[in-house]
Amino acid sequence: MKKLKVSLLAASFSIAFSVHAADVEVLHWWTSGGEAKAAVELKKMLEAKGHKWKDFAVAGGAGDNAMTALKTRVVSGQPPAAAQIKGPSIQEWGDEGVLASLDDVAKKEGWDKLLPPVVANVMKYKGSYVAAPVNVHRVNWLWVNPELFKKANAKVPTTWDEFFKAADALQKAGIQPLAYGGQPWQDATVFEAVALGVGGSDFYKKAFIQLDPATLQSANMIKVLTTYKKLKPYTDKNAPGREWNLATSMVINGKAAMQIMGDWAKGEFLAAGKVPGKDFLCVAAPGTAAAYTFNIDSFAMFKLPNKDAEKGQKDLAVTLMSPEFQEVFNLNKGSIPVRQGMNMSKFDDCGKKSAEDFKATSAKGSLLPSWAHGMAMHSATQGAVADVISQFWNNDSMTAQQASVKLAAAAKTK
Amino acid sequence: MSISAQEAHYGFTERWLPRLVLAPSFLLTLIFLYGFIIWNCYLSFTTSRLMPNLTWAGLAQYQILFENERWWVAVKNLFIFASLFIGSGMAIGIGLAIFLDQKIRGEGILRTIYLYPMALSFVVTGTAWKWMLNPGLGLEKLMHDWGFIHFTFDWLVNSEMSIYTVVIAGVWQSSGFVMALFLAGLRGVDDSIIKAAQIDGASLPRIYWKIILPALRPVFFSTLMILSHIAIKSFDLVMALTGGGPGFSSVVPATFMYAMAFTRGQMGVGAASSMMMLATVAALVVPYLYSELRGKKNG
Repeated sequence: MKKLKVSLLAASFSIAFSVHAADVEVLHWWTSGGEAKAAVELKKMLEAKGHKWKDFAVAGGAGDNAMTALKTRVVSGQPPAAAQIKGPSIQEWGDEGVLASLDDVAKKEGWDKLLPPVVANVMKYKGSYVAAPVNVHRVNWLWVNPELFKKANAKVPTTWDEFFKAADALQKAGIQPLAYGGQPWQDATVFEAVALGVGGSDFYKKAFIQLDPATLQSANMIKVLTTYKKLKPYTDKNAPGREWNLATSMVINGKAAMQIMGDWAKGEFLAAGKVPGKDFLCVAAPGTAAAYTFNIDSFAMFKLPNKDAEKGQKDLAVTLMSPEFQEVFNLNKGSIPVRQGMNMSKFDDCGKKSAEDFKATSAKGSLLPSWAHGMAMHSATQGAVADVISQFWNNDSMTAQQASVKLAAAAKTK
Repeated sequence: MSISAQEAHYGFTERWLPRLVLAPSFLLTLIFLYGFIIWNCYLSFTTSRLMPNLTWAGLAQYQILFENERWWVAVKNLFIFASLFIGSGMAIGIGLAIFLDQKIRGEGILRTIYLYPMALSFVVTGTAWKWMLNPGLGLEKLMHDWGFIHFTFDWLVNSEMSIYTVVIAGVWQSSGFVMALFLAGLRGVDDSIIKAAQIDGASLPRIYWKIILPALRPVFFSTLMILSHIAIKSFDLVMALTGGGPGFSSVVPATFMYAMAFTRGQMGVGAASSMMMLATVAALVVPYLYSELRGKKNG
């Protein structure tokens, strides 16, 4: 009897184990609104391929909590099949030696042709694909409330000079020109747009991708910093600590005329029942019409102990890059497909414009990774650089000269 | 024969049962407290970044830490916060305790009211004060609405003053707790001494200053211990109230450690900063324990 019990127990364990092995476990933090809907679509598509989706959603902290959970799992030797990791963090995880190669899938599906080289490079560790991208967010957008512009008789700006002219006109009409959220990552987002608009894309590349100390302390950088600080009088006093979506709702409700923010802001406008092109405008941030800073979400694949699970993992990678998933996911999330050559007819005007510019800038070499969103620097460097920007914005006694020296020092953080 | 055997058995359980009962918690403390302190200490001497890594790096992480401006802001903030939080928390708490000790009517209700903030978590306290101190929502707006249009109170959004808002919220939360500790102490002071002093013609403030408060030395020290460790490990209050901002003007060592170890992939620097926090706590606690233990031996 006892023996029977033991063998039953062993059998049930092995069954449990084999079922477990066929699961595809995916770590993500898409837990709210459109993002959660998008995750459900992914689950459905994967289940249609005969795999079992095992949800590993960790909400909160813009992914910080999820990363903590991921670390504990990897340290204990039980990584999920895939985890939402982006930008140079993929390289950091690659350095830990825990990522699996997707080269066979990528070759079969022709990823090299479907992805712009700048994007493909982010997905590769030492030349082989280790991650699958799902979307593209454009970061350098200016969101405009056209009604307020009409009231102030101002023109929607395309350069920074025009921006300050329009801002003065708005202020004279008693309208707050710029909605601003004073959190370090938002400071960095706005600063990045100013740097691109004032300095141009070559300057941006040298300063924030190559982290060239001379460029970081150049006269150009001082001009960028001065322009950035000039924005402050056009924002309100209560900005420090404000969430980005509250700043967006100021534009929606007519309390402020503009916001510089990535295209996740569009979701807030749409949720408020506003129509793009009529109730709100999406234009490139001043001076950046010919450039594009991207923020791409991707899934990195972890080395797994058995073949069954690997099969599920590869199917997941194929699904993520499939046109069906890219369309339905990005319609829900407000971003655009990263896969090139797709039919954009279901997307709205902002999405269509984003896709056009993505293609155009990719050909011109002005398609740039957004450093404020963890696409260009290691997290330690990014944090140190963002610290300087935030400090410069908040501390009125710091000069642009001092800030540029600090920037160059921060860029050396490894 | 049988009695002595029973006695021997009793002696055995008496000797071993307490040890057996304590063993699990002793082991857990050993591993999860001291074991991890040693592990963390070791990590602070390694090249650990995203994940723990055992390559020896000597004092490199400490060097990075000491060159980091954000760290020194955190240290300065901790110093400001701890001294004001402990100082004013104690002063207000003792004051409230003395007033309540005057056998006033409604003491029960007042005591509960003052003690209530302690029942809230720091996250709740931080969020509530964030709303009250926000210039566009709270106090400043209220004053403007009442017609005092030149009233400004913008410490929360002023990078020079933001750490003081953390002090305000912290003191509000803990002074009731200090009051309760001191009230209990005051009730324990022998009435006859006070009566004797009164007969000798001592004034009430003098009695408190010269007789009662010195008698409360132990309460004073235990309160100091409790408040100083709350101050050093304060994390949730800062996160909820200012989020370390504006910029990084109100970061404290605990939030610095979290940012380095968990969001910026610099686990070695995070470990080094937490060793510095441990050293600070030890510098406070060890002399105290030393004097307490030595005092007991003498007594």
